[in-house]
Amino acid sequence: MASKTPLYDAHVAAGAKMVDFHGWDMPLNYGSQIEEHHAVRQRAGMFDVSHMTIVDATGPEAKAYLRYLLANDVAKLTQPGKALYTGMLNEQGGVIDDLIVYYFADDSYRLVVNSATRDKDMQWLQKQAGEFDVSVTERTEFAMIALQGPQAQEKIAILLGDDQFGQVKEMKPFFGLQLGDLFVATTGYTGEAGYEIIVPNELVVSVWDKLLDNGVEPCGLGARDTLRLEAGMNLYGQDMDETVSPLAANMGWSVAFEPAERKFIGRDVLEAQKAQGTEKLIGLVMEDKGVLRAGLKVKVEGGEGVITSGTFSPTLGYSIAMARVPTPVGDTAEVEMRKKMVTVKVVKPGFVRHGAAVVKAY
Amino acid sequence: MSNVPTELKYAASHEWVRNEGEGVYTVGISEHAQELLGDMVFVELPEEGDTFSVGDDCAVAESVKAASDIYAPISGQIVAVNEDLEDSPEMVNNDPYGDGWLFKIKADDENELNNLLDAEAYSASIEDE
Repeated sequence: MASKTPLYDAHVAAGAKMVDFHGWDMPLNYGSQIEEHHAVRQRAGMFDVSHMTIVDATGPEAKAYLRYLLANDVAKLTQPGKALYTGMLNEQGGVIDDLIVYYFADDSYRLVVNSATRDKDMQWLQKQAGEFDVSVTERTEFAMIALQGPQAQEKIAILLGDDQFGQVKEMKPFFGLQLGDLFVATTGYTGEAGYEIIVPNELVVSVWDKLLDNGVEPCGLGARDTLRLEAGMNLYGQDMDETVSPLAANMGWSVAFEPAERKFIGRDVLEAQKAQGTEKLIGLVMEDKGVLRAGLKVKVEGGEGVITSGTFSPTLGYSIAMARVPTPVGDTAEVEMRKKMVTVKVVKPGFVRHGAAVVKAY
Repeated sequence: MSNVPTELKYAASHEWVRNEGEGVYTVGISEHAQELLGDMVFVELPEEGDTFSVGDDCAVAESVKAASDIYAPISGQIVAVNEDLEDSPEMVNNDPYGDGWLFKIKADDENELNNLLDAEAYSASIEDE
C-alpha cells in the first residue's frame, strides 16, 4: 500500500494520473506534462513535494555534527535562514543523498532530503549522530508545496499578510523564513524563481486550494523531471548514487575542501580522486529528431560512458541529456540510438534558466 | 474508460484503421495508446510510396516516456502521411481519431481487414492493461 500525501484527494479531484513513486502515490501529470512544463517556465506552477523528508538537527553540537556529516561546510552559513546544497557521502566518497540544509542557529538546522532515500538517510543520520550531542528529528507533521515560475512571487502574496509579503520580496535565493504557519524558502528544482513552502499537514489543502484559485497550475512528476533536467540539476538515483563520486556528478562545486583541517566523511577518498581525476558529468544536445534516454551508451574521446538522464526539452524543442563519461571529452559525442550511431553536441550540464536557453560549450 | 469508436477496426498493437473507400485506409493510434505513451514529442512517418507487409514497423511515435514502433495493420502502399504532425505531434494526444491520424495506406488485400479487432474485441483487450 503506497503512502499518500495530504494532497492526494486534491490531485485526484484535479484529474491527476497517479503513479507509484518510491512508495508514494504521486501525480505524474494532470493531463499534459508538456503544458505543465510551459506553465512553470512562462507563468507559475506548483508541485506537491510533501513526500520529501524534513529533518531537524538540533543541539549544542549540531554544527560540528553537520560539518562532519556533509561534504559542503555548514560553517559557511552564518545568517539565520540561509541554505546550502550539499552531498551526504559514505566512507567511500559515494553519494548517499543530496540535500538542502537551512541554518537557523549554531544549534539548530533543518535538512530536506529525498523521499526515495528516506530510510537509509535516517539510519545514516542517526548512526553518525552517535558521538555528537545532537538530536535528529524527522518532521512528518509537515507537508510541502513547491511554487515555481516567473509569476511565483505575485502568486504567493495570496498566502501572506502585507508585512510577510514584503519580507518574502526581499529574500535572496537559497534562503528560508518562518512566516506564521508557513516556512517559505527561495529554493526549487526547476531553474525558475520560486518558493518551497513547508506547511503543517492540516493546512496544506487550504494553501494548495488558495494557490489554485489564484491561477497557479498544478504540475506533476513528469514536468518536474523535464524542468530539473533543463536546469541541469541532478536526480538522485539516476545521475548519482552511492557508487558515484560527487566529483563525477557535477557536484564538485558543493564539496568544501577548505578549510583543510575540517574532517568530513569521504574527504580522504575525494582528495585522492581529485588528484587522480574522475569521470565527468556532461550535457548533451541533439537537435535532430529523437530523444536521448537514460542508459544509452555514449562515446567520447576518453572512452565509453552512459546517459544518466535524458529527455525531450519542451523549452528548447529538442532532446537534451546528462551523461557520465571518462575524460578527455571533446566537442561531440557518439550515442547509439535505435541501432545507429548519432553524433550529438557536448555542452555544460544546464540548458535553460529563467525561461531562456543557456546552452554553453563544455 | 477510453474512447474506442465503433466504426473503426483495431490491431492488438493499438493502431486503428478507418475505411476511406477504394481500398484506402487511414491509420492512427488509439486513445488508449496515446494515454499509455503520454505527450508525443516526435512522430516519424513513412514516405509516400513505401510498401509494407502486415506487422512491419512503419512509423515511430516518440513520447516523453518512450519511443514506440507503429506497425502496419494491413499490407499495402503508403498514399498519404499526416505532415502536420511534424510541427504538432501533440495532435496525436489531443485528437487521436481525427487530426492525429498518421498515414493512409492502399490495401494489397482487403481480406486482411478481417484479421483486425472490432471495437468490442479491442476494448476487451485493453481492459486488463
